[in-house]
Amino acid sequence: MSNILIPTVIFALMSAIFALLLTIADRTVNNYGEVKMTINEEKEYTVEGGSTLLSTLIEEKIFIPSACGGKGTCGYCKVQIDEGGGPVLATEMTHLTEDDLKNNVRLSCQCKVKQDIKIQIPEELFNVREYDAVVENITDLTDVIKLLRFKLPEDAEINFKPGQYVQLKAPIYEGNDEEVYRAYSIASSPTMKNYLELVIGYVPEGIATTYVHRHLTVGDEVSINGPYGDFHYHDNDREMIMVATGTGVAPILSLLNYMKEHNIKRKARFYFGAKTPKDLFMLDYFKELEETLFDFKFIPTLSRVTDDDDWDGERGRVNNAIDKLLEDGEDKEGYLCGNEAMIESVVKSLTSKGVPEELIYYDKF
Amino acid sequence: MIELNPMIIFVAAIFTNNMIFSNFLGMCSYIAVSKEITTSLGLGQAVTFVLACTAVINYFIYYYILIPFNLEFLRFIIFIISIAAFVQLLEMILERYLPNLYYALGIFLPLITVNCAILGVSLFMIIRNYTFLQSFAFSVGSGIGWTLAIVALAGIRQRIKIASVPKGLQGPGIALITTGLMALAFIGFSGIVQIQ
Repeated sequence: MSNILIPTVIFALMSAIFALLLTIADRTVNNYGEVKMTINEEKEYTVEGGSTLLSTLIEEKIFIPSACGGKGTCGYCKVQIDEGGGPVLATEMTHLTEDDLKNNVRLSCQCKVKQDIKIQIPEELFNVREYDAVVENITDLTDVIKLLRFKLPEDAEINFKPGQYVQLKAPIYEGNDEEVYRAYSIASSPTMKNYLELVIGYVPEGIATTYVHRHLTVGDEVSINGPYGDFHYHDNDREMIMVATGTGVAPILSLLNYMKEHNIKRKARFYFGAKTPKDLFMLDYFKELEETLFDFKFIPTLSRVTDDDDWDGERGRVNNAIDKLLEDGEDKEGYLCGNEAMIESVVKSLTSKGVPEELIYYDKF
Repeated sequence: MIELNPMIIFVAAIFTNNMIFSNFLGMCSYIAVSKEITTSLGLGQAVTFVLACTAVINYFIYYYILIPFNLEFLRFIIFIISIAAFVQLLEMILERYLPNLYYALGIFLPLITVNCAILGVSLFMIIRNYTFLQSFAFSVGSGIGWTLAIVALAGIRQRIKIASVPKGLQGPGIALITTGLMALAFIGFSGIVQIQ
């Protein structure tokens, strides 16, 4: 028995000593005391030093977009640091352009706050709030995509532009030992200020999507912050070419709902790309929009449809449908949302038809 | 081996039994950080410091804790834990008190944890029954030898940059070939003294 007991005790004891040493070092060596953080040369905060700038800002309820949750991989959490950021780290270099380096733009998840620091962040980020929302409804759109409706607290309302996104916090749950934030486009209309709708697809082993698909039920409370994003509706008279695949439908839904509620009289075409008929969803709703909107056409396109399928719509990838159906792009603008490969091929198709590149807005994920 | 003078072990660890050129240990950071002399010198210093400290820590753990309890078989896991904890500690200390070195090493500092030369030195000192002084001389010598190897390679790579290396061999490929040639050159020292 002692053969098992003694090694176990010694091993546990030694690990505990090392852990204790590291904890003491963390409390003493890593303790940078209180430092002053100045934002946009007007707002001053006294914060605890030692953490990353991103988490320090979150502590102060200032939310910077970060799709990867501070791992230095998404490159969204860029902040201009005028003073006190230290040298640029190797982990930031892959996400910083030459302009960023010239303008002292850094990744806030990688820079630590160790001394007084002066930063610049866009004013609209001060509008970003954190909400404790309650899941009011969950609808299965396909086998792997759900539409979730969240109710915000009674006294809270969210102001966003159609096309923007929010971040949802996946808490610690069985099988996941870290909190992460993930970005999801808002599917509901901005006029609905007390509710939010998100379209969330299941990603195998995805921390947040597993949480949403396997653990979240009606009545649960979740933490959401936002809104963020440059992808939004632009008010003009140009014809809109909307393109989405999978959960990329969410911001397009928000745009269409907004146009419907405001009775906006613009010509719009929506190309919805999917693989098979079972990957398409909300078809009835889009058909209904064809009746209610001013001049709207819904064009579903399937890439892996077989002759056995009962399908008389467009076939092939979504860019093929654009190549075939779109005649002249000069008076049009594009709203694209989906994966990188789709966006790249659609941008190519649209520009070849004459849509000005600067009028093609997209949300890549 | 007991009768060997620590000074001989020290010199041998640098030249005749160089960690890189005779044991090929610690290759990942050796290849990854050997692009510039200044950075590789920084990493070399850090590796030497970690080697010297962890060898001392592991020497005491082995002879004063593991042997009395007949737990020599635990040496692998205990050595790994002590090295990992020490590197974490070092990272915090460097970040606070030597920020220039910390930023120069960047993400490569945590790499020291998985540098097999560090574990290799602790294990060699046990296998070869070194005394405390011999162990210390061996660890410092190994660190200096590792630094010598990486700085020499960085010097060569800085010159290779302007040479016309065939496309398929550029980067780590030519670095490994260079290392092989340097190892051959270091065999020239092997007649001086042998410690194994």
